[in-house]
Amino acid sequence: MMSFVVRRLFQTVPVILGVTLVTFLLTQILPGDLADVLLGPAATEESRQQLRAALGLDRSLLVQYATYMSHLLSGDLGQSLVFAQPVATVLASRLANTALLAVSAIILASAVGIAIGTFVALKPDSFRDYGLTTAVLFLNSMPPFWLGLILILVFGLELRWLPVSGMDSAVGGGGLGDLAAHMVLPTLTLAAWSLAVIARMTRSALLDVINSDFVRTARSRGLSEARVILRHTLPNAMPPVITVIGLQAGFLLSGAVLTETVFSWPGIGLAMYQGISARDIPFIQGGILLLALMFVLVNFLVDALYAYVNPKIELQ
Amino acid sequence: MQRLSSNTAFVAGILLLAGILAAALFADALAPHDPLLANPSVRHLRPFTPGHLLGTDELGRDIASRLLFGARLALLVAVVPTLIALAVGGLIGLAVGYAGGAWDSVVMRVFDVMFAFPGILLALGIGAALGPGLGSMIIAMVVVTIPAFGRVVRGSVLAAKEEQYVEAARALGYSHWRVAMVHILPNVLGPIVVYATLQTGRNVILAASLSFLGLGPQPPTPDWGQMLSTGRTALAIAAHVATIPGLAIMLLAIGFNLLGDGARDLLDPRMKRDQP
Repeated sequence: MMSFVVRRLFQTVPVILGVTLVTFLLTQILPGDLADVLLGPAATEESRQQLRAALGLDRSLLVQYATYMSHLLSGDLGQSLVFAQPVATVLASRLANTALLAVSAIILASAVGIAIGTFVALKPDSFRDYGLTTAVLFLNSMPPFWLGLILILVFGLELRWLPVSGMDSAVGGGGLGDLAAHMVLPTLTLAAWSLAVIARMTRSALLDVINSDFVRTARSRGLSEARVILRHTLPNAMPPVITVIGLQAGFLLSGAVLTETVFSWPGIGLAMYQGISARDIPFIQGGILLLALMFVLVNFLVDALYAYVNPKIELQ
Repeated sequence: MQRLSSNTAFVAGILLLAGILAAALFADALAPHDPLLANPSVRHLRPFTPGHLLGTDELGRDIASRLLFGARLALLVAVVPTLIALAVGGLIGLAVGYAGGAWDSVVMRVFDVMFAFPGILLALGIGAALGPGLGSMIIAMVVVTIPAFGRVVRGSVLAAKEEQYVEAARALGYSHWRVAMVHILPNVLGPIVVYATLQTGRNVILAASLSFLGLGPQPPTPDWGQMLSTGRTALAIAAHVATIPGLAIMLLAIGFNLLGDGARDLLDPRMKRDQP
């Protein structure tokens, strides 16, 4: 297993370099250049030239990328226009909020998704099976922010059960219970689609192994059906499910942009949304870099976990 | 034909899309009002108000008319990026899959890097860098979907390359170009058409998402994602302004997804339904 993980780690390094190259190239497709964006239309030509020289925009592309990388390695992602702070500072202050939402969503999606998938696999081609297929179709076709709006409308504005915006109440807020209440709707919104995908993958992975010899053996030993499913079948169906959970974790990071915007959740996604209208390119660039690197990291961890639960991968 | 008509999902998808296409084509005739005409005296009218079947928005514009004209844009931003990405990504996949070797490795590594970005994130970056608008939104969508098309086509080509008919065509002395375009391409079209249809459904959501974030066509253009985004501010007093365009987006995406699922069952029965 170790050799696989090490090999996978070596494959990750060029991808990380590639990710930095792509985020660097984002400034190359700007109409005009970064100096124009940073100074706005009112600036004089002279100050533009000064900033260009200061940013090294008059140098070759290779030198610019090298400069970008050396800044990156020292933790310098530039200055945000909207927040008037270093990009890295803003990202660091909001990372925990985005991670909190993404982690609770993936836990919810995995736990409920695997449970529903198992429930459905016990009776394939039944009413509950068609129910899952239909739910997947609808969730697959639903803009995630629209689901958020519907939840706000029903549970926030009509029933008035749950808060719909931010992380804590302005009055009497701040406690753990208050935070949990604020998390319910955004977590549900973020988790919904992944939950359906995980349920579906669990269903088909279970159906793939449920007719195996070892399951029949377990049954013939007179074990209870619950024990056959939970101890003998489900663990053997997990590898493809883990892969899907890993992929979904990445989508949750990017889905955070939409969900945080709908619920004014003070994370990286909401900040990026605020950056779009102000053309805060340095911040958007930094946010994309951070989220993409987290995506790469999550995928690496998932592959390592995969090798752990499925030692056969060593042979491939 | 028997298989076609028994496939209810496929037929339902076609009917749904035909309805939306008709709405888009005949928007001029069907729309009761000018979609851009603001009328401050009738702001936020409820649905089923006489004269305004689906009510009015924050500027008093008729929502039904805006939906009908918005259908044009919705179809455009779903289909056009798919076709461009299919052509570009498909040709790249066909070329490197057929040629193999160093080019294949280089292109696949580039695709690996692009897959390291969750799709909407890279699209958001490209859209924000190019500046908001229809054109940059389409460019962003094309760039982020090319790698997937490239991979699907390359995978099919790699499998087809080993078939005997390819060997036979080569043995007859046909050029690589002819073998790739005339012999391999038609044989790998099935999974590609299926993938393209499902991607069109995903594009509906991607376009609506970019539009929602302010990167799509700018006001006052009637665009579903943008209607939803502006309607959101008045959710408490006039929820229909945001919920109705969302419903339209969902119907369009369901149409393409049903069509794609149906096409998969028809063209490619071996493809597993649960592949992400």
